[in-house]
Amino acid sequence: MADKIVLEIARYAPEKDEKPSFQSFEVPFRKEWVVLDALNHIKDKMDGSLTYRWSCRMGVCGSCGMMVNGEPKLTCATFLSSYGNGAKVRVEPLRYFPVIRDLVTALSDFLVKLQSVKPWLIRHDDVPLSAGEYLQTPEQLDLYKQFSMCINCTLCYAACPVVGLEPTFVGPAALALAQRYNMDNRDQGAEERLGLLAHPEGIWGCTFVGECTRVCPKHVDPAGAIQQYKLKAALEWVKGFILPRGHEDAGKEVRP
Amino acid sequence: MTQLPSTEFHPRWYREPVSTYWWIGSWRYSLFILRELTSVAVAWTVVMLLFLLRALLSGPDAYTRWLHRMQSPVLIVLNAIVMCFLLLHTITWFNLAPRAMPVRVNGKRVPEVLVAAPNYGLWVVASVVIAWFVLRTS
Repeated sequence: MADKIVLEIARYAPEKDEKPSFQSFEVPFRKEWVVLDALNHIKDKMDGSLTYRWSCRMGVCGSCGMMVNGEPKLTCATFLSSYGNGAKVRVEPLRYFPVIRDLVTALSDFLVKLQSVKPWLIRHDDVPLSAGEYLQTPEQLDLYKQFSMCINCTLCYAACPVVGLEPTFVGPAALALAQRYNMDNRDQGAEERLGLLAHPEGIWGCTFVGECTRVCPKHVDPAGAIQQYKLKAALEWVKGFILPRGHEDAGKEVRP
Repeated sequence: MTQLPSTEFHPRWYREPVSTYWWIGSWRYSLFILRELTSVAVAWTVVMLLFLLRALLSGPDAYTRWLHRMQSPVLIVLNAIVMCFLLLHTITWFNLAPRAMPVRVNGKRVPEVLVAAPNYGLWVVASVVIAWFVLRTS
């Protein structure tokens, strides 16, 4: 077979299918084509009903994540040439997510989890706007920058067996995002987040399979973030155990 | 076309069930399961050490009997397998160290290899000291 590649694509139409089935499409094999180009070719020329998400085509928007030959991948960054001329490539929706149609997954559960870690700057003091911006040195930025590169493509969820086995597990991207805010020197919500996340559905749910880090297209290292978070939680627990009670009030102004 | 339960804004979603054998298809997941199983090997080793300690405290006869029992082919094979699991446990644990503890010097993160290296170094030193001690007395 000359310059052809076969895409076996998972198809699912909720109004008529009990479960997904595969449909094969033969597309031209071009070395500059990524899997997303092949999907666009199918939608334009062969079957307009094929449904999938995509937007930026340059690895920034995080919309086009799919399972390609069983691996979670951004299809805009996965070249057909890496599978070879004449190969069969299987394209499925991201694993462990509910499928809405064909290659489109439901993200509502993920978005709830993302919000549950309070991914914003929490401040206890009420500084007026006139006081100016919070300043941050490049070194302080460097502490959390890696964890802030997440594009919410959810490839890490599709790589994490704990997500599949424990649907209530908060998951890699959300926990890494929590750590991103914990390590931001402008934030004061680390303790609040620890209360939310130091439980079996939070950081302790992670068994450090490490696959989330391997598949992350932005090199966020969620597994590393969660292990660092675990270490911090363990130290806090020991501190709470050893230090005498009442330290919360230390330093507070006492009025008669 | 059969009418399946769905509403205009809440389509019927398909959830792929997770197989009990999800870890078999990929060597990375299999290796993870093996790593988790190393805890059994660690527990076995602790129990064996406790038995050794009891034999030592019970006098030379008990110790000789224990040594003799440990020479059975079944236990030798079993302990060889346990040893492989312990090695896997140790290596994966040492490799975890730099991930959980990012060390920074002058604001720059120290390469992961340099954080893991002292662990391996101490492991080698401890092994050499124990080997020297054991071989010297026998």
